[in-house]
Amino acid sequence: MNLAMRNKKQTMRKLHFHPCGNFRESYERELTIYETDFGRTAVFLGLLLLFALVPAISGPYLLYVINIIGITAIAAIGLNILVGFTGQISLGHGAFFGVGAYAGAILATSLHFPFWISVPAAGLITALAGMIFGIPSVRLKGLYLTIATLAGQFIIEYVLVHWESLTKGTMGIVLPTPTIFGFSLEGDTGFFFVIYPSLILMTCIAVNIMRTRYGRAFIAIRDNDRAAEGMGIPIFRYKLFSFGISSFYAGFAGALWAYYMISITTEPFNLGLSVEYLAMVIIGGMGSIPGSIFGATFITALNEILRWLTDILMNTGTLQGIGLTLAPLRELVFGLTIVFFILFEPRGLAEVWRIIRSGFRLWPFSY
Amino acid sequence: MDFFIQLLVNGISIGFLYGLAAMGFVMIFKSSSVLNFAHGELIAAGAFIFLTLVTWAKLPIFIAFLVTLLGSFILGFVVERLFLRPLIGESLIYVVMLTVGLASVFKGLMLLIWGGNLYIYPDFLPSNLSIHWGSVNIPPVYVISILVGLIFLSLFGLFFKFSSQGIYMRSVADNQTASLSLGVNVRRVFALSWAIAALVAGMSGIVLGTINGINVHDLSSIGLKVFPVVILGGLDSIGGAIIGGLIIGIIETFTGGYLSPSLRDVVPYIVLVVILMIKPYGLFGLVEIERV
Repeated sequence: MNLAMRNKKQTMRKLHFHPCGNFRESYERELTIYETDFGRTAVFLGLLLLFALVPAISGPYLLYVINIIGITAIAAIGLNILVGFTGQISLGHGAFFGVGAYAGAILATSLHFPFWISVPAAGLITALAGMIFGIPSVRLKGLYLTIATLAGQFIIEYVLVHWESLTKGTMGIVLPTPTIFGFSLEGDTGFFFVIYPSLILMTCIAVNIMRTRYGRAFIAIRDNDRAAEGMGIPIFRYKLFSFGISSFYAGFAGALWAYYMISITTEPFNLGLSVEYLAMVIIGGMGSIPGSIFGATFITALNEILRWLTDILMNTGTLQGIGLTLAPLRELVFGLTIVFFILFEPRGLAEVWRIIRSGFRLWPFSY
Repeated sequence: MDFFIQLLVNGISIGFLYGLAAMGFVMIFKSSSVLNFAHGELIAAGAFIFLTLVTWAKLPIFIAFLVTLLGSFILGFVVERLFLRPLIGESLIYVVMLTVGLASVFKGLMLLIWGGNLYIYPDFLPSNLSIHWGSVNIPPVYVISILVGLIFLSLFGLFFKFSSQGIYMRSVADNQTASLSLGVNVRRVFALSWAIAALVAGMSGIVLGTINGINVHDLSSIGLKVFPVVILGGLDSIGGAIIGGLIIGIIETFTGGYLSPSLRDVVPYIVLVVILMIKPYGLFGLVEIERV
């Protein structure tokens, strides 16, 4: 007994390097987040660099884009829990993002909630709203949740525009400057230090949910719902729970976004946004949490590059006609990226990243 | 009372068009259980092909109509061959997302080629087709749409009932493995169902374009209206698509007429959520849905 414990201690103290195959011997090793000590160190160093260097060296525009990436990554992680891990497609994530934004804005302006309460509270409200649309559909097998969330998207959009006493309709809401721990958050740098810690926190929560019984139940439902039911997983409850978590993430991100944008209108939360989030999940890699961050980065960067291209072509004067017709190019490029990823790399950027990494690891013999 | 009848007539005509649009959708779902989110874009494509043939190539209406149907047929065939066939056997999520991506591609392409403007067809319908009945006035477009719809509905009814291809399609819809082992060419059935669905979509695009004018955004949003229709009628019932379309069309015009015009566009989706709660397999769908 004593010997066994000492042995275990020793193996735990040994540094883990990449094995050249799958040599996992215990369930613990299977569940581990960092496969190697090198990976853990790299992540910590990367985060350190992120917080120390990025706000210092990037200009205001770049920092704005980085912040937007952080916010979208939170929402994309939420959608990936639903789509990638539970196997249910939602076409209403953009609307739920909007519900979060409005919930945050209304809590902040009408009820004067402080920033650090109103953001999670907005997440909870959104989770409730999501579950209301989830109830009829997650009972049914197949693509009914997709159709119900499509309906949810349109109904929520309508409510946001027409419930004027609450949402001020097309006028929009202006949010107060948030304060946290006595500091008032102004400018991109201030928000950077709120958005990225929240992203890290939400990533940690998501990664760890996936290691609990809930996460395993989600994956079981995705892989084979009958088998999952047979093993005693109450599918309806878990599907609804997964949908709730996903909406919570959307609402949390939406509220952060509302604070960051200062004023919000109903316009951005349309079906296009929902499709964009689904594209992030597909392009990033379904069932991969880092994948959602890759996807959010990819789509946001693509958006900004296309906008920049359009702007340049508009401003060159002679090409004004072409610049105007380039707006639909965004739609086209978007669709093409989704289609090409599905046809040629259905596991997304996460898989590309894994292949590159293993290429380095197995270097002289990589194939 | 006249207002009521006028609304009813409008509702029936619009509903008939929804039903026609939904028919192609149901056809794809029936044979390959794919929810086609690009259906609205197929509708718009048909409308724009017809527009180009009529205004730019100046073909006679009837020939342009036939060429459009042929073009849509080929378009559906190509789409299936290039994009859907590699995904046979893949998880349903990928297929659905592929159609969402395709919808963006088509929309982008159409916006690039024709722009986001509103076009109208030259007036080609004889005005003596319009029906006046008391103070109720049915414009010729609606008469034509109902006629065309009835013709197509009966043609497809006969096709599915008697032609061998139609019977193959039904067999694939019922059980892919069994029909494969009985010698049905399942791939050809998939290709054919996409081609026919695109043809029906193109036809409804022409009729819709005649009524509302041709605009990429408007026409492709019809593709999303199809969802309440098919859920109401039953996802796999072609007759149900027509009935569902009629009901949704009537509900929509009555809401627009009596309650508020802005509620008009959202009321089908409210109906959709209600149906999912009380009768998820729709009015005529196969009661096969598993509750989990």
